[in-house]
Amino acid sequence: MKSTVPWLIAAVTGCVMIVAFFVPVAESWRDEAGIWFEILAAIAFVLGGANLFAQHMQKISARRAGWGYSAITLVTFVVSLTVGVLKVGAFSEKEDYPWAAHYIAEGGALWWLFEYVFNPLQATVFALLAFYVASAAFRAFRAKTTEATVLLTTAFIVLLGRTYAGTWLTSAVPDDYPALTFPGMTAIIMGVFNTAGQRAIMIGIALGVAATSLKVLLGVDRSYLGSDGD
Amino acid sequence: MLHILQNLDRRWIYLAMLVAVAGPVLAQKSFPEKPTKLVQDAFDYVERIPEGSNVLFSLDYAPSSDGELSPMTTTMVRHCCLKRHKMFFMTLWPDGLPLLQRNIQKIIETEFADLNLKEGEDYVNFGFNAGKEVVIIVMGTNIRKMFPTDINGKNLADIPLTANISNLSDMQLIVNISAGNPGMKEWVQYASSPLGIPLVVGSTAVQAPQAYPYYPSQMLGLLAAIKGAAEYEAALGNKYPKYQEQKYTEGIRRMAPQFWAHLLIIGLIVLGNGIYFAERVKGGPR
Repeated sequence: MKSTVPWLIAAVTGCVMIVAFFVPVAESWRDEAGIWFEILAAIAFVLGGANLFAQHMQKISARRAGWGYSAITLVTFVVSLTVGVLKVGAFSEKEDYPWAAHYIAEGGALWWLFEYVFNPLQATVFALLAFYVASAAFRAFRAKTTEATVLLTTAFIVLLGRTYAGTWLTSAVPDDYPALTFPGMTAIIMGVFNTAGQRAIMIGIALGVAATSLKVLLGVDRSYLGSDGD
Repeated sequence: MLHILQNLDRRWIYLAMLVAVAGPVLAQKSFPEKPTKLVQDAFDYVERIPEGSNVLFSLDYAPSSDGELSPMTTTMVRHCCLKRHKMFFMTLWPDGLPLLQRNIQKIIETEFADLNLKEGEDYVNFGFNAGKEVVIIVMGTNIRKMFPTDINGKNLADIPLTANISNLSDMQLIVNISAGNPGMKEWVQYASSPLGIPLVVGSTAVQAPQAYPYYPSQMLGLLAAIKGAAEYEAALGNKYPKYQEQKYTEGIRRMAPQFWAHLLIIGLIVLGNGIYFAERVKGGPR
């Protein structure tokens, strides 16, 4: 019962989505299933937040390694949630409806946190990749095998072709021979070799997804429901 | 010398990268860009569709990709404003909402203030929906089931711009700026391909190779990372010379640090391999 009901829900919803793709009359059923999914997705945010809170509280109370980071996570979580839900500093233009302002309206506390804390932090972490890539380029990219040499040569061409360096280096090549320029070679690599490889991977993945979906719909694979102990 | 290079402290590499990136930013030096067919096709389509066409922007990215994707969002919104297209904004990413609002505020309400574009008449902000790809699927038959109101809580039936809009087929173009899932692939699978709606995709560099198989039949144009944004800015500047000014070419300016960073990485690969082969000649590890 514990796994049969969720499986039935998944199977019926999955079948509705498939049928609606081919039979236009069933589109309204699909839309209905979509609305249910939207509600569930919104509830998942709440569950995710509650789970995050519980996990980090456990870590703090048990004084496990790194509990200080958990404390910071919880404080920022609670502060963000509070100022967002209470719409702190977000003023409505409608005087009669002071709570009508959007939770992330410009000038509000949550907007301020997003613009001046969250945004710069995420950008900083992402920007650090450039430094790690540079270090890896020096230490790890070695032409040890034929495959590695082909990969390195391709990387060279694309790295040059994606900047003005490639255009400048092959500026003497006549316009009638674009394939001999770095941008031209890059276009061929991306449009022919990459596309062929990507299509092969995509078709393989699609077949795998179809097989897995069928197993889920038929109840053969119920691993997504968790084990009895969960 | 070989010993020094073998044991080079990685902080020197970090410093070199810092100089390679910060130098061009401070020098404000940029290089010319020529639009490739992938970008020119997208530009031409926005240019070709009649004035006042409906264009849906789905900005599916977060602040981590903002530096890479915001220049293309800005320049495409700017182009749509110039063509007086009607714009509809949405995001499938929870932290994409403020970025979306920033573009509306910066471009539509500030840069094009003289056009007096009105919310509800010239553009609408649907906001965020948590339903991922299901949002796209349902919008294909009925937008109001996923977005019954705009971001201000106003019923779509009461908004002049959306009163006669029922589903995605009412859009002449969908622009998806994407950093992952849900994003580019979902818009191809559930909107452009089954419904035949023209789609332009702007994507991060790491995701761009996955987009190529869809071009040109399921995706009429592709803006790949900062390079794509720079090329779109170049196309816009070619057509409207006013937009060759530096303040309108954020993507082109950001290509300069990329230029030097790429050269540095190539240099480091060459140097690293030089050390490796020198070690092999001396009988070191293979």
